[in-house]
Amino acid sequence: MAQQQKKTVFEPWEDPSEKPIIRFKNVTKRFGDFTAIDNLTLDIYRREFFALLGPSGCGKTTLMRMLAGFETPTSGSILLDDKDIAAVPPNKREVNMMFQSYALFPHLTVYDNIAFGLRRSSMPKADIPGRVEQMLRLTQLTQFAKRKPHQISGGQRQRVALARSLAKAPKLLLLDEPLGALDKKLRNETQFELMDIQEKTGTTFVIVTHDQEEAMTVASRVAVMDQGRIVQVATPDRIYETPNSVYVADFIGDVNLITGKAYPGNGEQVEIHWGEAQAPIRANTSKSLAAGAEVKFAIRPEKIGIASEPPQDAANVVQGKVLDIAYLGNISTYHVELPSGDVLKAQATNSRRISRRNITWDDTVWLFWTDTAGIVLTE
Amino acid sequence: MNGRRFSWFNATSLTLGFAFLYLPMLILVIYSFNESRLVTVWAGFSTKWYGELLQNDAFLDAAWVTLKVGFWSSTLATVLGTMAAYVVVRSGRFTGRSLFSGMIYAPLVMPEVITGLALLLFFIAIGLDRGVLTIVLAHTTFAMCYVSVVVSSRLVTFDQSLEEAALDLGSTPFDAFRSVTLPIIAPAVISGWLLAFTLSLDDLVIASFTSGPSSTTLPIKIFSSVRLGVSPEINALSTIMIGIVTVGVITASIVSRRRLVRQRDDEQRALHQE
Amino acid sequence: MDLRRTFLIFVPFAWLLLLFLIPFGIVLKISLSDIALSIPPYTPQLDLSAGWSGIVEYFRALDLENYVFLTQDNLYFLAYMSSVQIAFISMVITLIVGYPIAYGMAKAPDHWRPTLMMLVILPFWTSFLIRVYAWMGILSQEGFLNQFLLWIGIIDTPLTILNTNWAVYIGIVYTYLPFMILPIYAALEKMDGSLMEAAEDLGCSQTSAFWLVTFPLSRPGVIAGCFLVFIPALGEVVIPSLLGGSQTLMIGKVLWEEFFSNRDWPVASAVAVILLLILVIPIVLFQRNEQKQREAGR
Repeated sequence: MAQQQKKTVFEPWEDPSEKPIIRFKNVTKRFGDFTAIDNLTLDIYRREFFALLGPSGCGKTTLMRMLAGFETPTSGSILLDDKDIAAVPPNKREVNMMFQSYALFPHLTVYDNIAFGLRRSSMPKADIPGRVEQMLRLTQLTQFAKRKPHQISGGQRQRVALARSLAKAPKLLLLDEPLGALDKKLRNETQFELMDIQEKTGTTFVIVTHDQEEAMTVASRVAVMDQGRIVQVATPDRIYETPNSVYVADFIGDVNLITGKAYPGNGEQVEIHWGEAQAPIRANTSKSLAAGAEVKFAIRPEKIGIASEPPQDAANVVQGKVLDIAYLGNISTYHVELPSGDVLKAQATNSRRISRRNITWDDTVWLFWTDTAGIVLTE
Repeated sequence: MNGRRFSWFNATSLTLGFAFLYLPMLILVIYSFNESRLVTVWAGFSTKWYGELLQNDAFLDAAWVTLKVGFWSSTLATVLGTMAAYVVVRSGRFTGRSLFSGMIYAPLVMPEVITGLALLLFFIAIGLDRGVLTIVLAHTTFAMCYVSVVVSSRLVTFDQSLEEAALDLGSTPFDAFRSVTLPIIAPAVISGWLLAFTLSLDDLVIASFTSGPSSTTLPIKIFSSVRLGVSPEINALSTIMIGIVTVGVITASIVSRRRLVRQRDDEQRALHQE
Repeated sequence: MDLRRTFLIFVPFAWLLLLFLIPFGIVLKISLSDIALSIPPYTPQLDLSAGWSGIVEYFRALDLENYVFLTQDNLYFLAYMSSVQIAFISMVITLIVGYPIAYGMAKAPDHWRPTLMMLVILPFWTSFLIRVYAWMGILSQEGFLNQFLLWIGIIDTPLTILNTNWAVYIGIVYTYLPFMILPIYAALEKMDGSLMEAAEDLGCSQTSAFWLVTFPLSRPGVIAGCFLVFIPALGEVVIPSLLGGSQTLMIGKVLWEEFFSNRDWPVASAVAVILLLILVIPIVLFQRNEQKQREAGR
C-alpha cells in the first residue's frame, strides 16, 4: 500500500512561534497634505512571496520604497528582523530591489551589473566571480555576460535585473511591477520562473503589482490596498472565495453584486430580500447581522449555473433573458437580464461545440446556485 | 518636417546661406598664402607669413597664456558648472534658490563689457593684482554658467532610478555619482568643457579688463594688431585656428555618428533575438 | 546626506556671490562715486579705520551726480538710442537671412541633416574675432568686395562700406547668424509637414500656406532667435570697434572708451548700470517666453 505523504502547507502566519521578518507598526506617510499611507500595520514572514496589490495611487509603491529606504515614514516604525530600519540608509540595508524599469547600468556589461553590488559589499574579491557565475547560471544568462544592456532583449534585461538584485543574497527582495513590460506569454513563463527562484534561494519576496492575475499566481499571501490602507491580507484562495468587502470582491476577478436586506434565520442561514417580486436569496454567513440590515450579496459568475429549463432542487433560482454572450474559447460568459432590470453574469465551460449548444441570445434561461456559493458582505 | 518637397527655393537659400557663412573664412585662408603684404592683392603663393608668425615671440607667448588660461578656467568651470546643474535640477527648494537661479543664468545674457568692468573693479577693491589668475577667475565665472546649462539639460532627462539602483546595491551617494551618473552624462560634461574652453580662448572683452601687463592673451594681441589694419600674419594665425576647429568639429561629428549607428545596430540585433 | 547637499549648494553659490554679485555691487557703488586722481581713480574710499563716522562719511559722499551727468550729455543718450537701433536693424536682417536657411535645412532630406547641422555649428566654434576680422579685409576700400564689383563692372569707384554702420550690420548678421538659424530650425523640424499639405489641399497657394501655417507655428523659434541676437548685439564692443567708424555710436564701445581712454570709472559704471536696466526688460520678456514655451510642452 502506498504511503500517503501529508503535504506541509506553507503558513508561517498561522504559526505563533514564527517571528515575522518585516513588521510595519502604525506607519503613516504624508507628502504635504496628501496621506499616502494611513496608519498601516502589517507583518510579513520569512520565505513568503508577498504581494501588494491595488490600483495606482493606493500607496503600494510608497510602502515598497519605505522598505527599500528611499522614503522614511512620517510616523510609526518599520522593523526588519526586529531592528528599526527607519534610520538606515538604502545602501546599508539587507534589502535589494528590482526596479520596474530594470535600471540596468547602460555603461556596464551584464557581468559588471551583477557584480556591482558584490564589489561594494564585504565579500572577498576572489569570491566575486564565483558568485556572479552562479547568478548567471540561475537566470540562464551565462552566454550574455559580456554584453551591454542595449545589446540584449527585454526579457533578458529583466533577468539581469533579477540576478543583480539577488546577487547579495538579501534578506528581502522587492519587486516593483517586474512583469509589466513583458508580453503575455513571456509573462506567464516568467511568473513560474520567479516562484521557482524564490523557493530555491529561500529569499522573502515582496512584489508590488496592479495585475491581480499576477498576484494570485505567484503570491503566498496578497494584501489588497486602497488609498493608503490595507483592506484585506489573505492567501489568494481566501481573497478570491471570501473577500471581506465589496472593494476586494470587485477588485479580484469578476463578481455579481446584489444589494438587499438580510434577515437572519437558523444558525448561519440568512435570507436576503432584494428586487421586486423576487424570491429571497438563501445564503450562509458567519457574520452576525441585525434583521433588515443592508447587505451586498456577492457571487462569482462561475458559481452560477445556467439552464434552458427550470432546475429542480436548487436553493436559489431566478429566471431571466440572455442579453449577451461573451465567447472566450474555453468558457462563455452569459449576461442575463432579470425582470428587475439587474444583469447577472453566469459563466459556463464550453464543454460542447458551438453548434450544439442550446442557449443563445434572447433565450429565456434559469440561473441557479447553492446556498453556500456566494458571500454576504456588509461593507 | 516630413512630407514636404525640397524646392529650388530651399536649395538656393541653403547654397547662398552657406556661401555667405563660409566665403569670408575662405578668403581669409586664401590670402594667408599671399606673397604680397597687401592682403587684398594676389601676388603669388607663399607660406612665408606662417614662418614669420611662428617666430613672433609676442604671439607665441600670448598663445601660451591663452591655452593655460583656457585649460584651467574650463576645468574649474566644468566642476563648478556640474555642481550648479545638480543644484538646479535636483535640489528642490532651499533658501536663496531664486537668487541662485538668477546668478546662474544672468551671465549668459549680460553684455561682456559689464561683466568685465565689474570683475576688474572687484579685483582692485580686494587688491588682487591682475594677471593669469584674475583672467582664470573671470573666465571660470562666466563659463560655469554655460556648463551648467549644458549639464542640467542632460540631467533633466537622466533616469534617477539608476542612481537609486546604485544606492540600493550598496553605493554611497558620492559613489553612485562617480560610478553611475558621471560615466553616463560624460558626453554632456565633455561638451560643457569644450564649450568653456572655446569661450575662454575666444574671449576678448573680459580678458581685456582682467588681464595684467604680463598676461596678454591671444585675442587681446590680435585685437590690438588688427586695429591698426589688416595683416597677413593674422590671416595665417586665423587659418591655423580655423583649421584646428574644422578638424575638431568634423572628428566629433564622425565619432558621434558612428556611435549612434553602432548603438542602433546593437539594438536591432537584440530585438531579433527574442 | 544633508551635509553633502549643503556642500553641493554652497560651493557654486559662494563662488557666484563672490565673483558675480559682489562685483556688481561694487559697480553700483562706484557709479555713485566721483572721479579722482588716485589709484584707484575714484573717491570716496571706504576707510574702516575711521570707525563708524568713517562709514557715515563714505555714504554721504555718494551721489547721483554721474547719472545726472549722463542725462545732460547728449552723447550717452544718443549712444543708447543708436545701440538699440543698430541691434534692432541687425536682428531684422539676421531674421530675413536666417529664416530661409533654417527652412531649407528643415525641408532637406534626412541624411543631409547631420552634415547641415555641422556646417551651421562650425562657424560658431570658430573664433568670433577672426570672423569679424575677415570682413575687414573684404569691406575695405581695397578689399575683396570692391575688387570683385569693380572687376565685373557694376561700380566705377570703390564703395565705402568699412567704418560705417552698414559694415556693423553685416558684421552682426554674420556673427550671430547661427544663433538665429538654430532655434528656428528646431521649431520647424518639429513641425508636421502634413499641416502645410492640408492647407494646400484646402485651397491655399504654397506661399499663403507658408504665411498662414508654417510661419506662425515657427514663432517660438523666431522669437528665441531674435532675442539671442538682439540682447548681445546691444552690448557689442568688438564689431563696432573694428568695422564701425567714429560715427558709429554703440553703448558698449562708449563704455569701453570711457573706461580705458578717459579713465572715468564712475561715469563708466553709471553707463553700465543704465545699460543693465535697459536690458532687464528684454531679458525678462525672453524668460517669460521660454517659460510659456516650456509650459506649452513644445
